[in-house]
Parts: sequence; C-alpha cells; structure tokens
Amino acid sequence: MSTAVSSGAPESIVVDDVSKQFTIRYHRTIKQMSVAAVRGQELSNTFNALDRVSFTVRQGESIGLMGLNGSGKSTLLKLINGIMRPDSGSLLTRGRTAGLIATGAGFHPQLSGRENIFLNAAVLGMSEAETRRKFDDIVEFADVGKHLDSPVGHYSSGMFARLGFAVAIHVDSDIFLADEVLAVGDKPFKKKCLERMQEVRDSGRTLFYVSHAPGSVKKMCDRVLVLDKGRLAFDGDVAEGIRYLKYDEPAGTDEDAQDDEMGNDV
Amino acid sequence: MTILGGRRRGGPTGPADEELPPLVAPSATSGLLEVFRRRYLLRLLVRREISARYQGSFLGLFWSYLQPAFRLAMYYFVIAVVLDRGIENFAIHLFTGLVIVHFFTESFGAGTRSIVRNKALVQKMAVPREMFPVASMLVSAYHVVPGMVLLTGFCLALGWTPDLVGMAAGLLGFALVAVLGTALALLFSAANVFFRDFSNVVQTLTQFSTFSVPMIYPYTLIQERFGDFAQYYLVNPLAEAVLLLQRAFWTGTTDDPAATAAEHMPDNLFQLGFIHLGVALVVLAVGQYVFTRLENKIPERL
Repeated sequence: MSTAVSSGAPESIVVDDVSKQFTIRYHRTIKQMSVAAVRGQELSNTFNALDRVSFTVRQGESIGLMGLNGSGKSTLLKLINGIMRPDSGSLLTRGRTAGLIATGAGFHPQLSGRENIFLNAAVLGMSEAETRRKFDDIVEFADVGKHLDSPVGHYSSGMFARLGFAVAIHVDSDIFLADEVLAVGDKPFKKKCLERMQEVRDSGRTLFYVSHAPGSVKKMCDRVLVLDKGRLAFDGDVAEGIRYLKYDEPAGTDEDAQDDEMGNDV
Repeated sequence: MTILGGRRRGGPTGPADEELPPLVAPSATSGLLEVFRRRYLLRLLVRREISARYQGSFLGLFWSYLQPAFRLAMYYFVIAVVLDRGIENFAIHLFTGLVIVHFFTESFGAGTRSIVRNKALVQKMAVPREMFPVASMLVSAYHVVPGMVLLTGFCLALGWTPDLVGMAAGLLGFALVAVLGTALALLFSAANVFFRDFSNVVQTLTQFSTFSVPMIYPYTLIQERFGDFAQYYLVNPLAEAVLLLQRAFWTGTTDDPAATAAEHMPDNLFQLGFIHLGVALVVLAVGQYVFTRLENKIPERL
C-alpha cells in the first residue's frame, strides 16, 4: 500500500542506541529498609525498559508502534516527547512534538473548562494568541456544550477525555504522538479522532501511533515498529509487523472485532 | 532497514514549512531561562494557584487581608502589650518582619512541595520543572500584597515619611528573599521527590525563622547582649532582609527617623544586603545545578 520513499526526506526522529533503565524500590522508609536488609531481602531491582533501541523516522512517515503491555512503548513515547531522558544513547527530534499522550493531565478540577483549555494549551506549548485563534475549534471538537464554564471536576469522564483530546489535537506540531487513542470516548468521538489523525498524517507530519488494534494500524500507518521487552524486535512493513505479533490471527474477542470495524468506518 | 514512506513528497505543512528546525534532544532545557521564556505558561500556572486557593470560599481574597491582620493582632498583644519593651511604633516593627518572614516561609515551604504536588504535570508533560518552584514563589509574592497594603496603611496613619534610601532598602530586602526563597525551593523541591522527609525538614527550619530575626525583639537587643558577636547574627540572610524592610517602613514612622536608623540599624546595612543577595544568587546557581542533575530521575521517583 505504501509508496516507496522519498528517502531524501529529512530525518524527523533519530533514535540511536537508546536505553532506559528503571529502578524499582521495594522500600521507602528507613524502618522497612532496615528490616529488609536484616532479612537479606532485595532493596531494589533494575530493569531495562528500553534496551539499545535504534531507528530513524523521516518527516512525513506514519509509524505504528506495537508490542505487548510492558514492552516499553510508553517509555519510548515519553523519551520522544522529552518527558524523560535516555540513560544512554542519543535521541533527537526535529520541530515541535505534540499529540494524544496523557491528554487532560494537569487539568485542574476546580477550574472551568474554559480556563483549563487555556492552561492545557499553554502546557502543550501554545501561545496565548494561538489558543485564542483555535479556541472555537477546540470547543467545537470537545463538544461539552453548556458545561464549558463549569469546573471540570464535575465533568463526566467522557467529557473530561474529550476536552483533553480537543486541546491536544489542535497543537501544531511536526511530530504527532498518539497513545491508545481508542481507549476512551464513544464511537462518534473515536471516529472524529481517527479522521483528525488521518488529516495529521496526510498533511505530511510525522505520525507515531501506539495501538493494539491491527485494523487501525493498517489504516493509519505505513511502517510498523514492534517492541518486545524493551528491544526493537521488528521494523518494517505493516502487514508483516502485524503477522510478527500474531495479531492477524482471528482473536475473536469482541473488542478486537469492534476495533477493526471502527477502522473500516473511517 | 527499509524506510517506507511519506505520502507527500513535499515539505511538511506544519510550522516548519520553509526552514527546517534543527534536530535536537527533546528533553534539553535551559533551566530557569526556559521558565522565563515560557512566562505565559508561568502566568497561567500562578493564576491557577491563586484562583484555586480561594475557590468556593465566601470571603475569597479577603482572607489574605484577614490572616495577616490576625497574625499581627496576636503577636502584638503578646509582645507589645504583655511583654512591653518600650519600642516606638512596635506594631510596625513587628508587622514588617511578619510580612517578609511569611513571604519567605511560604516560598520555601510551598516551593519545596511544588513538584510533588504537581505530579500529574511533571510525570506526563514536557514542562520545564523549574516552573513549579518559581510559580510557588510568585504565588507567595502575590499574597504579600495584602500585607503590604495593610502595612502601608498603618504607616501612613502613624505619619510615615517615605524616603528614597528606605525604598531602596525595601526593594533590596524583597529581592533578597525572592532569590533566596526560589533558590532553596529549587534545591529542596527536587530532593523532596526522593525523600518526602525534606518537606518536614523545611517545616522545621522555617519554625526558627520567627525567632531568628529582629522582629519580636529589636536588633539593638542582640547588640546589647552579645556585643561584637552581634555581627554574626546578621549572617542569617533573613535577619538582614527584615532589617532592610524595617529601614524602609518602620524607621520612617518614628519621631526622629535618622536617630532610629542610627540606633537600630547596623552601619553596613546595604553592604551586607548586597553580599547576601550575591550569596543568594550563588545558592540559586547551585540549586539549578543540583536540580538539573536530579531532574532525570524525577518522573520515575514521583
């Protein structure tokens, strides 16, 4: 389905030999620690969330990032987004990064939807003028109606999520990250999001899409990366990637079925 | 590795249309400078804190007038009425101290807790984390305003004659506390992520501040009791800041400001003030350095 590349397109994300290690600490207080030390138990344990991952993404590519739970997908997104730094290796990005990742984080429950839109937009790097310009679009996308001026603490979880999405999706960026987009929202909203993501992709921005749904990955992406226990296990064609993960076998659960159908809808 | 490709051959239509931005590490920040660069976000964060603090309260911002007024009334009763020391306009002497000490303890205390309190943002958003202690300091500064309004009102009622030197002293005192409060908040906010004990350490430290400054007693008392050693008392930057503020407000309300200044202020008041400000700036630089070193582990330790 994909056309061969303009491999002359500039690099958008360059990940070179990146590792990230996490330390799990079992005890926090001095009492627990000394008890554990006396008993000879482990005080902490480290594991590699990402293990020497390397790849290059060029501007305009849309990447599906797949892998089982705990394979390091979210950690990789956090590194690309600049929330964390790699312990070793280098990770470089070009231009502004935004996307549907941790949407609604930092919403203040006591403030109104309107105030939170401005605050969240500023957190995502938008200026005041930019927010004002896009404000009506954001409100329309969020579709919270007359609740715009009531505290977001009173919102239903769907409304809360929609508001977060609406702000995030309106940030201009060169790299767009999307983490588990289909996990929240009702069907019409999911459809709206997917349409929006297709627009993002077609506008030549780099798309980085994390999903467990082979249907939507097939629709959205032209390259798949598969992480397995922190290592990059597969990098290449979409259909092959899905086969590699054995996600193409009929799983038979309702959710998968729905999700594929969802992809077809768009 | 095959690279499969972009649907569009042309350049991106994003903001990076004509000129390509460089490839950079996304997590690179320039620390406090970055906070200054994103002052629009800083302003919103400060506003969020302020409007959230009095949300749902009937008296709203009026509380930040009531609280210092009550604090003053309590101290005044105990120190000036019960333990009368015979200091001229003691209420002003006391209140200047209360206002500035409160600014310091708030910046330091709230700043230390700021990173942990804004967990959701820190863990999930690419925001310069120095933003939070700085915002705490500004919120505290905002709450100094009602105290200053009350103070100015009292001073004028007592026939205050403001003078330029005094104003300079006041500004220097404020700058000193703002820089020092931010520096310590930066240092301790990062440490607090690793061991929440630090917020208790800070609480304990700030308890000393009421008694370690010439507020409920005059600086002359220290000179009287300790003679030459009194100069070491002013190693404490907070004591120096309180004196600077008293030079700004209190001395001007007394019958003979020049005599009061000569009697109750050290000769090298300004010199000491600038030295302290310099030291505070160094502490700020150290705080930034430590913060940057610890920052990498902050998201996972929260």
